[in-house]
Amino acid sequence: MQPIAESAKHIAPMSRTASASIAGSSVIDCNVEKIFYGDFLAVRNSKLSIEKGKITGFIGPSGCGKSTVLRSFNRMNDLIPSFRFEGEVNYHGKNVYGKKVDPVVVRRYIGMVFQQPNPLSMSIYDNVAFGLRLNRFKGDYDEKVQKALERAALWKEVKDKLKNNGLSLSGGQQQRLCIARAVATEPDVLLMDEPCSALDPIATRQVEELMLELKKSYTVALVTHNMQQAMRVADKTAFFSVDISQGGRTGYLVEMGETRQIFEDPKEKLTKQYISGEFS
Amino acid sequence: MSNPPIVSEVLSIPEFERQPFERRALSSTILTCVTWLIAVVGSVPLFSVIYMLIKEGGARLDMEALTALPPAGFETGGGFGNAIVGTAVMVLIATVISVPIGILSAIHLAVLDPASRLTRTTQFVAKTLTGFPSILAGVFTYAILVISFGYSAFAGGIALSVLMLPTVVLAAEEAMKQVPQKMIDAAYGMGCTPTQVILKVVLPTALPGIITGVMLAVAGAAGNSAPLLFTALFSNYYLSELMEPTASLSILIYNFSAMPFDNQIQLAWSASLVLVLIVLVFNILARLISRSNV
Repeated sequence: MQPIAESAKHIAPMSRTASASIAGSSVIDCNVEKIFYGDFLAVRNSKLSIEKGKITGFIGPSGCGKSTVLRSFNRMNDLIPSFRFEGEVNYHGKNVYGKKVDPVVVRRYIGMVFQQPNPLSMSIYDNVAFGLRLNRFKGDYDEKVQKALERAALWKEVKDKLKNNGLSLSGGQQQRLCIARAVATEPDVLLMDEPCSALDPIATRQVEELMLELKKSYTVALVTHNMQQAMRVADKTAFFSVDISQGGRTGYLVEMGETRQIFEDPKEKLTKQYISGEFS
Repeated sequence: MSNPPIVSEVLSIPEFERQPFERRALSSTILTCVTWLIAVVGSVPLFSVIYMLIKEGGARLDMEALTALPPAGFETGGGFGNAIVGTAVMVLIATVISVPIGILSAIHLAVLDPASRLTRTTQFVAKTLTGFPSILAGVFTYAILVISFGYSAFAGGIALSVLMLPTVVLAAEEAMKQVPQKMIDAAYGMGCTPTQVILKVVLPTALPGIITGVMLAVAGAAGNSAPLLFTALFSNYYLSELMEPTASLSILIYNFSAMPFDNQIQLAWSASLVLVLIVLVFNILARLISRSNV
């Protein structure tokens, strides 16, 4: 892997030194004690780890905090003024919530694909090159852009119209463009927050195939509402649920394990009920 | 028992043909006609003004009128070249002042601090200022500049910038608020600093809207005479010094139309036509730019 620029060592994730560890070792160790929005306790006591080269699926009913936990990994929740995090998210042993940590740098190592496709209002090429320019990449942009678009299985469809606005693409294409944009800078971890919920079944299948392809080079954490999707693509699955006993709606991690074990032989009764559709 | 009867056996098939004299259809037709008529009446002033301008002002609209200096009392010929230059320079000064200030304050209002008391106050003040009597902008500039430094193109530009600023602020703020939150999230998600989010995503995305607002503000400022009465005054010569009294189209029209000489009155008509054309060009540009937005 070619390092992006010597001067930009601290901002550029493209030299993959951070991820030299072997497959299966944990990249993110997350220990949520409490997450608040204002006075509202959104998530409590959830401990989980994301392993290298695997897809970790987060499932659970609405409002169970799975997206909140995912967005804590790269400090996207910091954009919400009332957000408060208690606990630790250790990325290769470094707490991203440490006092001196700059969330901007964290986000360059831990990329994100959002629920709604969100291309920027610029050309397809510029969308993919956006992160490279941000990292002051000096090198062959054309090659990097093509490679990212190929990885996102979009190259063939857009190679003749790279100058067109990214917003002119269809929803499924836009989402793959966003994935291309995210992988262009070669982040270490890719967070995907319900990336298929705005897509039709064909586009969904394309994105799922893409995820399986991506996990060869990246570590993926995936929030999904669709249990079949978790079964199809996730290596490990974390099941979150909502606790309404204290009056509020507080999410927490119920159980995490190999996807097969979670779906075929869950340890917790709650998981079993959710999997079999007894509540949602 | 047999199956329940299907709909067509129970209901008689209704008449689908148009019945123009049925009550609802009739009232609809009448109201349509009334609104149509009123729309026509509403556009009569506009078209009659344009008709008069072309008829009266078109005759003298030649190179001499566009370039020559204003004629004296009983002189023939002459033009208003200095007034065109004066208007252009003062609008330019006003634009150079109001656009940066307007965009920077819009960034504060729309992006950095959208919910604070300062923002709400500023929005209120800007909205009030858009309805500000333009002569007060002139009086204000007279008080702070003209009394000490005399009449000048610079003072005229300041007075116009006071009028342009609220329009630019509100248009730029509106354009930036239209940038979808998900695009801003995308930029933060890529690891942008707040500055990069504004420079690389918010401003470029909002640019067509901002330019549209600026064009409309320019068109409004170019046609304004009241603020220039107390600030730029008038001059019979081409602009040579920014700190000297300066001619402008709107003041020239005001002066010449009240003169007892046919030549001057004709030139006032031509100058009006030129002014309307300038305003029209900027309005058309504004429309074209806002349409080019995806």
